Amino acid sequence: MRTPIAYFIVLSGILFTLGTLGVLLRKNALLIFMSVELQLNAVNLALVAFSRMHLEVDGQVIAFFSMVVAAAEVVVGLAIIVAVYRRRGTVDVDQARGLAG
Amino acid sequence: MPLDNVVFWVFAPISIASAIGMLLMRNAVHAALFLVVNFFCLAVFYLILDAPFLFAVQIIVYAGAIMVLFLFVIMLLGVDRGDDLRERLVAQRPLAIALAIAFVVEITLAVRAGIGFSTLAPDGFDAVNQPGNAQAVARVLFRGYFFPFEVTSILLIIAAIAAMVLGQRKARAVTQAELEAMEVGSA
Repeated sequence: MRTPIAYFIVLSGILFTLGTLGVLLRKNALLIFMSVELQLNAVNLALVAFSRMHLEVDGQVIAFFSMVVAAAEVVVGLAIIVAVYRRRGTVDVDQARGLAG
Repeated sequence: MPLDNVVFWVFAPISIASAIGMLLMRNAVHAALFLVVNFFCLAVFYLILDAPFLFAVQIIVYAGAIMVLFLFVIMLLGVDRGDDLRERLVAQRPLAIALAIAFVVEITLAVRAGIGFSTLAPDGFDAVNQPGNAQAVARVLFRGYFFPFEVTSILLIIAAIAAMVLGQRKARAVTQAELEAMEVGSA
């Protein structure tokens, strides 16, 4: 493989940053949740790239675990979003201000 | 130019562009489709990083199952009418963008100081991937990470139960007196 590993790490950092921007800037809870998925995937890319660099499969195993945990997280998160929508009729996070002083 | 270099330089801009597209789309369905494109690009990167098992898992689990779940919820809630883009916190947007740029610069500098931009991955991953990548992953998973693996199975069960509990509609509690009144009324 002739692509330097650093390129993958930087790409992963850029994708992670875009995911962070999504979390910070979007108002729709579903879009915030998708941005979190993007962040998780960016970190997975870094894990696999480091696994390739060190000639170990452990990084891939950790990435696999992170996918499983992400799947569980999506199930619970979407259920929470549906519950919030039923109660409030919106998924705009700015509307969820019941605890605001 | 070697083939994996070509693949990288084709798919890296696509993945970044699709992430930006997801960020800017007002329609949630369009954002979800951009995210699917991004997941496919990441799957291709796994392939050129000699991880074909994760390539398959990425497409099946992420691009398949998770994004279908997302689209299903978007359709269920009918939230495809676009986002309210008014800012309520002062200067949140410029601050976030400045922070993002600083973060990318920081990562680039850290990578340059750490592993350098010319370090190539060593050859010999085929020897690690013997007899195949799925077998190699399974060997490490079931020898070194067996306990976490079992804990994940419990986690998945708990997540499924949690989704059921959160998703059910609570029926109003019926008292015994009301039940008897209903029986009297119907009789």
